Amino acid sequence: MDIKDIAIKNLLRRKGKAAFILAGLVIGVATVVGVTTYIDTMTAEINDKLEKYGANILIVPKTDNLSLSYGGVTLGGVSFEMQEIQQVELESIQAIKNARNIAAVGPIVLGGVNSGTQRVLLAGVDFKVSGILKPWWKITGKYPDTNQVLLGADVARVLAVETGGEIEIDGHRMPVTGVLHPTGSQDDQLIFTNLGTAQVLLGKPGIVSMVEVAALCNACPITDMVQQLSAALPMAKVMAIQKVVKSRMETLGQFKQFSFGISAVIALVGGLVVLVTLMGSVRERRREIGIFRAIGFRKGHIMRIIFLEAGVVSLLAGIIGYGVGITAAALGFRFLGGHTGGVSLDPVLASSAVVMAVSVGLIASVYPAVMASRLDPNEALKAL
Amino acid sequence: MGFIIADQLNKTYGTGDSAVPAVSEISFEVETGEFIAVMGESGAGKSTLLSIMGAMNTPTTGAYIVDDINVYRLSQDQRADFRREFLGFIFQSFHLVPYLNVIENVMLPLTTARLRRGKKRDMAMKALSSVDLESKAFRLPNQISGGEKERAAIARAIVNEPPILLADEPTGNLDSRNSRGVMRLLSRLNGQGMTVIMVTHSTDCAGYARRLLELSDGRLVSSAEPETTSRLRAVRVA
Repeated sequence: MDIKDIAIKNLLRRKGKAAFILAGLVIGVATVVGVTTYIDTMTAEINDKLEKYGANILIVPKTDNLSLSYGGVTLGGVSFEMQEIQQVELESIQAIKNARNIAAVGPIVLGGVNSGTQRVLLAGVDFKVSGILKPWWKITGKYPDTNQVLLGADVARVLAVETGGEIEIDGHRMPVTGVLHPTGSQDDQLIFTNLGTAQVLLGKPGIVSMVEVAALCNACPITDMVQQLSAALPMAKVMAIQKVVKSRMETLGQFKQFSFGISAVIALVGGLVVLVTLMGSVRERRREIGIFRAIGFRKGHIMRIIFLEAGVVSLLAGIIGYGVGITAAALGFRFLGGHTGGVSLDPVLASSAVVMAVSVGLIASVYPAVMASRLDPNEALKAL
Repeated sequence: MGFIIADQLNKTYGTGDSAVPAVSEISFEVETGEFIAVMGESGAGKSTLLSIMGAMNTPTTGAYIVDDINVYRLSQDQRADFRREFLGFIFQSFHLVPYLNVIENVMLPLTTARLRRGKKRDMAMKALSSVDLESKAFRLPNQISGGEKERAAIARAIVNEPPILLADEPTGNLDSRNSRGVMRLLSRLNGQGMTVIMVTHSTDCAGYARRLLELSDGRLVSSAEPETTSRLRAVRVA
């Protein structure tokens, strides 16, 4: 018989109180695990979606000339003496270290053309990757094929042309297969066509003016990829669209903060449950503690009994709470939707849950343990 | 010099106008192997004196010395060690821990000792055997009688073979037959060399003691051999 036996036997005797502490901590741990799992899974999924939400790296020619603005990013002097990029050089993009993190590469050739009396900017793009690079595009009609065009909303309005109509570009009649819904960006003022068609119309075969890249930046810092692309394309200027990157990081940060906030509140509530229950237990056990002290238990022995009891219950609560939390998260996804994949068991989260439960249990039991150890044996026995 | 020395012990509860003296100017000495009975009316200071002797109640003034150890100069943890090594307690209400069986209750004073589990169990069984309670070793306290509870409490008090046994009304909750059994047991332990100090209201019980300390209003009014002792001796001889 040792102190551990006393702690275990007391827990078994006071099953109701032990169960109450256990339930309080299990609910706390399960909530933290559930919320953390839910948020981590959703964050990963949102991150995955965000990563595909348009381009986050731009590759433009190095130039000292005056420039035009596109999408808030300064381009090389597209309308003047432009140092443009050879399309074949883009193959080196797929050779960079983090090539697997590239979701889409969208070369664009830009140039001014005449449509009737209007001077308009023509953009040749690869429509196969438009879904990734410009997921916000909505089109009345369809993407154009060779020698066909897609009009920005403003261009269609100014030229008074609709889907199914025709426009003239530098003397070539070209069918309009679709019109973009207003985007609020400079895309509204562009005529889009197939990259090859635009290169022919602009007299720039094999040349691109800029390249949009969508990178999956969850596993790799976007700045690393910018460096790798800069090394692969020494004649080009590679830059991250900071606004997009920053907003992604902020979104993730907010989710994390929410998760931490919930965890802190739940941990506090769990701790209070342990504290209040143990204080009640210490009051009930005055006589018993008095006996222990009278027959020679030191203060430390009394504290060890309380800590052992709290530790055992907390350890159990951590293990059970993790299981309940994971199950709750899985059920949450099943019934609330929002995630199609399963919930994976995370050993780090599991051990964190156990460590959290034990820590909360032990910290909350410090005060009751100190109170118990300070009980005057004479007073405790006399109070009966 | 006595084995136990109470020197000018005073204990006052409260302060100022509400101060109540519980024991006043109590001095006595106890030799090793003595059997002392402490008697007096309710409120005479018996329990306060016993708690001071139990190293659980610091006197307001005075010194309490056991085996040359000035007990109240020890730290609280040292006093706990002192209680474990020098004292065995027998409480009036048994004070057995309800969720531990009899042998576990008896082993309680050995809980913190660095002894093998088997050794502790052997010592507890030996103590239970000395009070004739081995057969109830694995019963819970609520499964044994009052007399058996008292014997279990005595076994707990002697399991680590302390030199001093402090008993607070050990027969207070027992019928006369069980009371006699307990008193014979205490006499036997005293005969084996254990110093026994017992608070009692019963003159019959006091008769088993070699010396009677009589308290009144917190003061020691007499220290003598109880009348019944000589009478009982005569009976025993007869």
